Amino acid sequence: QTHFLSLSLQAKMSKPVQAQRLEGTDKNIWVEFVKLAATYSKVNLGQGFPDFPPPDFLKESLVRALSGENHMLHQYTRAFGHPPLVKILAQFFGKLLGRDLDPMTNVMVTVGAYQALFCCFQALVDEGDEVIIIEPFFDCYEPMVKMAGGTPVFVPLRPKAPKDGKLMSSADWQLDPAELASKFSERTKAIVLNSPNNPLGKVFSREELELIADLCVKHDVQCISDEVYEWLVYDGKEHIRIASLRGMWDRTIIIGSAGKTFSATGWKVGWTVGPNRLLQHLRTVHQNSVYHCATIAQEAVAQGFQRELELYGTPDSYFVQLPKELQQKRDWLVQSLDAVGMKPIIPEGTYFLVADISKFKSDVPDVPDSDEPYDSRFAKWMVKNKGLAAIPLSAFYSVAHKNNYSHFIRFCFAKEDATLKAANDILQKWKQEKTSP
Amino acid sequence: MLFASRSFCCLGIRTYQLRTDLFSRSIKLSASATMAFRHKNTRRIEGLDSNVWVEFTKVAADPSIVNLGQGLPDISPPSYVKEELAKAAAVDRLNQYTRGFGHPSLVKALSQVYERVCGRKIDPLTDILVTVGAYGSLFSTIQALIEEGDEVIIIEPFYDCYEPMVKMAGAKPVFIPLRYKNDGNSASSGDWVLEPDELANKFNSKTKAIILNTPHNPIGKVFTREELQVIADLCIKHDTLCISDEVYEWLVYKGNKHIKIATLPGMWERTITIGSAGKTYSVTGWKLGWSIGPQNLIKHLQVVHQNTLYTCSTPLQEALAQAFWIDYKRMDDPDCYFYSLPRELESKRDRMAQLLQEAGLKPVIPDGGYFMIVDVSTLNVDLSDVDEKQPYDYKFVKWMIRSKKLSAIPLSAFCGPETKRQFEKYIRFCFIKKDSTLDAAEAILKNWNKQTA
Repeated sequence: QTHFLSLSLQAKMSKPVQAQRLEGTDKNIWVEFVKLAATYSKVNLGQGFPDFPPPDFLKESLVRALSGENHMLHQYTRAFGHPPLVKILAQFFGKLLGRDLDPMTNVMVTVGAYQALFCCFQALVDEGDEVIIIEPFFDCYEPMVKMAGGTPVFVPLRPKAPKDGKLMSSADWQLDPAELASKFSERTKAIVLNSPNNPLGKVFSREELELIADLCVKHDVQCISDEVYEWLVYDGKEHIRIASLRGMWDRTIIIGSAGKTFSATGWKVGWTVGPNRLLQHLRTVHQNSVYHCATIAQEAVAQGFQRELELYGTPDSYFVQLPKELQQKRDWLVQSLDAVGMKPIIPEGTYFLVADISKFKSDVPDVPDSDEPYDSRFAKWMVKNKGLAAIPLSAFYSVAHKNNYSHFIRFCFAKEDATLKAANDILQKWKQEKTSP
Repeated sequence: MLFASRSFCCLGIRTYQLRTDLFSRSIKLSASATMAFRHKNTRRIEGLDSNVWVEFTKVAADPSIVNLGQGLPDISPPSYVKEELAKAAAVDRLNQYTRGFGHPSLVKALSQVYERVCGRKIDPLTDILVTVGAYGSLFSTIQALIEEGDEVIIIEPFYDCYEPMVKMAGAKPVFIPLRYKNDGNSASSGDWVLEPDELANKFNSKTKAIILNTPHNPIGKVFTREELQVIADLCIKHDTLCISDEVYEWLVYKGNKHIKIATLPGMWERTITIGSAGKTYSVTGWKLGWSIGPQNLIKHLQVVHQNTLYTCSTPLQEALAQAFWIDYKRMDDPDCYFYSLPRELESKRDRMAQLLQEAGLKPVIPDGGYFMIVDVSTLNVDLSDVDEKQPYDYKFVKWMIRSKKLSAIPLSAFCGPETKRQFEKYIRFCFIKKDSTLDAAEAILKNWNKQTA
């Protein structure tokens, strides 16, 4: 009897302690690159967060909530979203979508858009389901699909040569319609759309969205639409919500973020908007994983949205001012990079910009048989030796495709002018070092 | 021109057109679309959609109801905690992302506090994970370490989320009830015990973990060293993990001591200990918690965390860190909030117990936590005409809310299917309430026998 017990105990002890669902999800580029930036960078254009403060009205909302008499703002609120917040979100997005939204059933608040994504995959993706991910993609989509037991199916945006030797635009990176169609199978449960797209800054056009929508309807596939950069579109472009296209409302979950909307990434308030038929399952995941989100941040964000609702479309609206400011910063960084020979891809949206660093390759020699993609080694060398932090584009590709575009890095330009100027100084100095004999 | 078109009036026109367009096309679509609609829930959440809180917090939301149900304080958090949040939010960079596994100043403060409590070195970067409430820690732990084929022992009654979380991870919950063992008149939470032989029989080669909650919600039991040793011995014998939910760790009353099972020999390497800012500082709405344990276990929780929500709120973590430093510095002083709060709550506990006794009820006096359970069958309220198939305590609480304007939580919500009958005569009251709330409860309880249903 003792012998039998110790055999089964041995078997138990020889198994890994962690669950299988973690398989292939442990690597994370941010852990490494955030540490490197913290250690070496003088100018950090790497991780995506503003180095300028949130707008005064948002900070004031929080101060008001804190100094008010209602100390119950420090206690649990409604689990699926603080009532003032879901009400204003339902109102706001209802207007944008041309629909009557019920704050209790068509909106759910999450801990950042990140947790909204997690709820979507856990609620919709079963073992064996396929999920189409457009490359390059915000890196968490892949491990989240895997953790849900799903199979990611990748389809690339392919760059077309820009016209007449002009600078490339994110619009030049496009899906091949036939290639996209070929990725849909009977096992396809969902497609993840991210527009405006991180890292390229692409803002999908109506035609491109209709292409995706038609396939979703044809194959009865759901759409997880990550729209966190919805307000950051430039050059008069329009952010189109795929949920407003024909046949799409019933099969789309829209994800938004207070962090990106109000330049307060550390507040971790996000939301989902969609039909109750889908949101009910997100609520089940949410109530069994984090349950409640922090009350006071939700209260302040609700007030922020109230202000924006009143000022919508006017020059005073933060949603008008922020993209205007960021467009200038974008143009400044484009100029900086172009002047030294790094070729920027002009983003139509987001606060990211990808640049081709081929002209600087001589600084970082190739290492044949290296496991690490070239751009990753380049980015690490750059932060250590030049003090300038950026993220390699390979971070946003599946393992199989990490070497497809090996000479691009991503810069974040949601930075104070002083930061961008300091970046320019580094780049100029670097160029001079290269050209001087 | 496109800018102008963003104003709502033009948007309205465009979307109106879109809507009529949609409408006419949807008629054609609906025939083919509905047949193929595959929008069913995933297997992992099958049967996990109902939730006692969703049901009862809605019912008790009426402000005319004296709410002793859900466990949230209506007392104010200490003022320095609120001040630290205001200070943190005023610093620009504290409104942006911080370190994913926990804000540096917070994990440092936690490591100092718990090194002192546990008497061992705790590495802030590898042995601690900050999560969205203790709830998030429970989820991260279970997702990281539990899977299909595993069994997890859950002690009844239990904080209700343990069961669905274990199920969502694909594992099998194995229940064991606390049993009342006393012939005396006054019931104390200490009278509720685990039968050692019964507990031992629940362990087998599939048992991946046992979930321990001390001080215990809802009974308020504070497990003694001897009781913890029984559990520890079985964990070591069967190479089982221990998930120790210690959110009420500071709320222990005179004559009792909170002991961390992770400090028992052989237990640190197999235990995840979970704590809560909400319960420590009376700020349940901050939703910050933490998991503490050995690196080789915490690293897996960190992987789950980086693939679920990645970072927690920066300003809240900074404020919490500062509050911890304030109290860490006075851990030898009785004014430390870790000791002053349980003193305040002990008198509320005693008052609550007295009120219930005067109404003819038999409360179970808790040794810790801020809940009190009471056997209501002695009131002999006849609810047989209430048609619903719910357990007696559900019906009782709903009746009590309606006719007495007092809310509580039915205990069978905290039980597995086999044990619901055993506990259906108990309801749970929360007593972390300000004096005026307890005054209102007193008025209701004093008048209890004078009114009819």
